[in-house]
Amino acid sequence: MAASTETHLSGTKATAPPPRRPRRWPWTPYLLSAPGLALFAVLLLVPLAMTFLLSLNSFSFYGGIENVWQLGNYADIIADSYFHEVFLRTFRIAAVVTLLCALFGAPEAYILRRMKSPWRGLCLLIVLGPLLISVVSRTLGWALLFGSTGLVNQGLMGLGLIATPIEFMYTETGVIIALTHVLVPFMVLSVWASLQRLDPQVENAALSLGAGPLTVMRRVVLPQIVPGILSGSIIVFALAASAFATPAIIGGRRLKVAATLAYDEFLNTLNWPLGATVAVLLLIANVVIIVGCNRLVERRYKQVFE
Amino acid sequence: MAYLVLDQLTKRFGNWTAVDNVSLTVEKGELISLLGPSGCGKTTTLQMIAGFLDADGGRVMLDGQDLLAKKPNERGLGIVFQSYALFPHMTAAENVAFGLEMRRINRADRDRMVADALKLVGLEQYGDRHPRRMSGGQQQRVALARALVIKPSLLLLDEPLSNLDAKMREEMQIELRRIQRTVGTTMILVTHDQSEAMALSDRVVVMNKGRIQQVATPQEAYDHPANAFVANFLGRTNLLPGMVGGGAGGTVITVADSVWPVAQPMAAGPGALAVRPEKIGFVDAGGLSGTVLARVFQGTQWLFEIETAAGRLMVIRQHDGSPLPAERERVMVGWRPDDMAVMPADREAA
Repeated sequence: MAASTETHLSGTKATAPPPRRPRRWPWTPYLLSAPGLALFAVLLLVPLAMTFLLSLNSFSFYGGIENVWQLGNYADIIADSYFHEVFLRTFRIAAVVTLLCALFGAPEAYILRRMKSPWRGLCLLIVLGPLLISVVSRTLGWALLFGSTGLVNQGLMGLGLIATPIEFMYTETGVIIALTHVLVPFMVLSVWASLQRLDPQVENAALSLGAGPLTVMRRVVLPQIVPGILSGSIIVFALAASAFATPAIIGGRRLKVAATLAYDEFLNTLNWPLGATVAVLLLIANVVIIVGCNRLVERRYKQVFE
Repeated sequence: MAYLVLDQLTKRFGNWTAVDNVSLTVEKGELISLLGPSGCGKTTTLQMIAGFLDADGGRVMLDGQDLLAKKPNERGLGIVFQSYALFPHMTAAENVAFGLEMRRINRADRDRMVADALKLVGLEQYGDRHPRRMSGGQQQRVALARALVIKPSLLLLDEPLSNLDAKMREEMQIELRRIQRTVGTTMILVTHDQSEAMALSDRVVVMNKGRIQQVATPQEAYDHPANAFVANFLGRTNLLPGMVGGGAGGTVITVADSVWPVAQPMAAGPGALAVRPEKIGFVDAGGLSGTVLARVFQGTQWLFEIETAAGRLMVIRQHDGSPLPAERERVMVGWRPDDMAVMPADREAA
C-alpha cells in the first residue's frame, strides 16, 4: 500500500513541471480590447485619415474636387496672411480663455473645498451648471445679454461706468467671456481633483511655522495644485481652440476662428480640400502647443509630478 | 511660576462639549501627555493651543502672554502632526528651512541651523531628499526637525508615533526622550497609547469626555488611579465593589469577606477598590477568599482567574518557582493596602 502510494507520488512528481506549451502570441488582451479599438478606429482614425487625404486634393470652381495628391492647400494657407490672422486669433482667444479659467477656476476650487457641507454641494452644482445647458442656448443667452441694448450694457451705463455701449457682439472680448463661462467648470473639476490629494494639515503646518495666509497659498498650496491647473489648462485650451458654436454665434461671420473658417470653407465656398487643410492644421497646432507647454511645466515642477 | 496655563478652556461643537473646563499648568521644560481614548478632547485641546480652533471659553497663557489673542502664525509654537504634514514639493532641508525663511534668517545662519537640526534627528545625509522618497520614520524625524529648528517656546506633538510600526515606535520614543533632554523644550504630547505616554512623559493628563480625570506622574496614575476610568485606561486592573465605613482603626472598605484600611478620608457608602493583577498575591489569612477558575502559563508569568464573592479577579504571578495553586483550588488572595486605590462608587461611570 505504502509502496503504491510512493510510486503514485513519484509519478506525479515526474509530471509536475507541465510540458511547456509552445510560446504563442498572447492574443487575449488584443481580443478583449478589439471592440473598443474597432470603435476608436471607425469613429476617429478613419475620419481623420480621410480628412487628411481630402486636404491633399485640389479644388476649382468649375471642376470641383479633383482627386490629385499635392500640398497646394497647405502652401496657400501658409502664404496667405488672412489665414495667419484667423489662426493667430484662434490661439490668442484660446490662450486668454485658458488664463482666465485658471485665474477664476483655481481659487474657485480652493474656496469650494473649504466650504461646509450643504453649501459646498450647492455651489458645486452652480459651477457645473453651464455644462448642463446646451451650448447653443447658453451662447444665445450671452448674445441677448451682450447686445448694445442688452442687459450688460444697460447695466453698465445705468451705473454710469461707461457712456457708450461696449461692443461685445462680433468681438474677441465677447467670444472670450462666453467661452470662459463654458470652460471654467473643467478647470474647477481638475483643480478639485488635485486639491483632494492635499493634506489639510499641511496648511496648518505652514501657519505654525510663521507663514501668513498669502505665503501659505503661494509657497505651499499653489505648487501642489500645479498639476491640476496644468491638466485643466490642457482641456480648456483644446476645447477653446476648437470651439465652434460660441465663436459662430458671438463672433459671427465677421470674427472668424479656425473652426468657423473650416465650416465656411466646407459649406459656403464648398472648398472641401481647403476646409480639411484648415482642420488638419488646427489639430497639428493644438497638439504641438499642448505637448510643448506640458513638457515645459512638467520640467519646472518636476518634483510635484514624481 | 507656571510656564503654560490652561484656564477653564472650553470648546463646543453644536450642543456637544468636546473640551469641558480644562485647567492645567505645565512647568518649563516639562514633557506632559494628554492621554485618553479617541473623542476625549485631547486633540481639540491641542488644536486650540495651536490656534487652529477657536476656544469658546477660557484662557491659555504661555510665559505670561495671552496665547488666544494671537494668530496661529504668530504664536511661535512647533507642531508635529499625526500625518507629519511635510511639504511634499520641498526637500527635507527645504522643509526644515521653511520656518527659518519665514523668520527672515539670513542664508548662512539658516543653512547652519538646518544642518544642525537634521543632525539632531540623525538625518544629516538626507537633506536633499523629497519626503515621498523617505520612510515613515524618516519623515517623522524631518517633521520633528522642522518643528524644533525654529526654537519653539512650546512643542506640540499630535499622535506623532501612531503611524509607525511597533519597532520604529520604540526607537522614536527613545529618540524623542533624548531630544527632549538635549534641547529642553517644553512639550505637550497627545496620544491614545498609554504605554507611549508612560514611557515618555514627566506627567500624564488622563482625559475622558472632554474632562481631565487625573494629572499625575505616570507611576502615580498607574499605582493610585483617581477613578475607575483611569484605572482601566492605564493597563489592566481589577475593580471590586465594596462598602466604605468607619472601623475601629479608621476608615475601611469591606469587599465581600475581606476588610481593607483606607488611607484617605472618605465618606461612608458604596465604593470601589482597584488593584493591579500583578500586585495581588496568595495569602494564608486576612484576604479575599475564592476559587481558581483557570490558570494560564505565559512564559515569564502565570495568569490566574479567581472567582470570589465580589466578582472575578485577574492575578499575575511571576514564574519564579514558588508553589502556586492549581485549578479549582480554594485560595485566599491579598495585597498591600498601599497597592490599591479606593474610589467612590458613583465615579465609576466617569
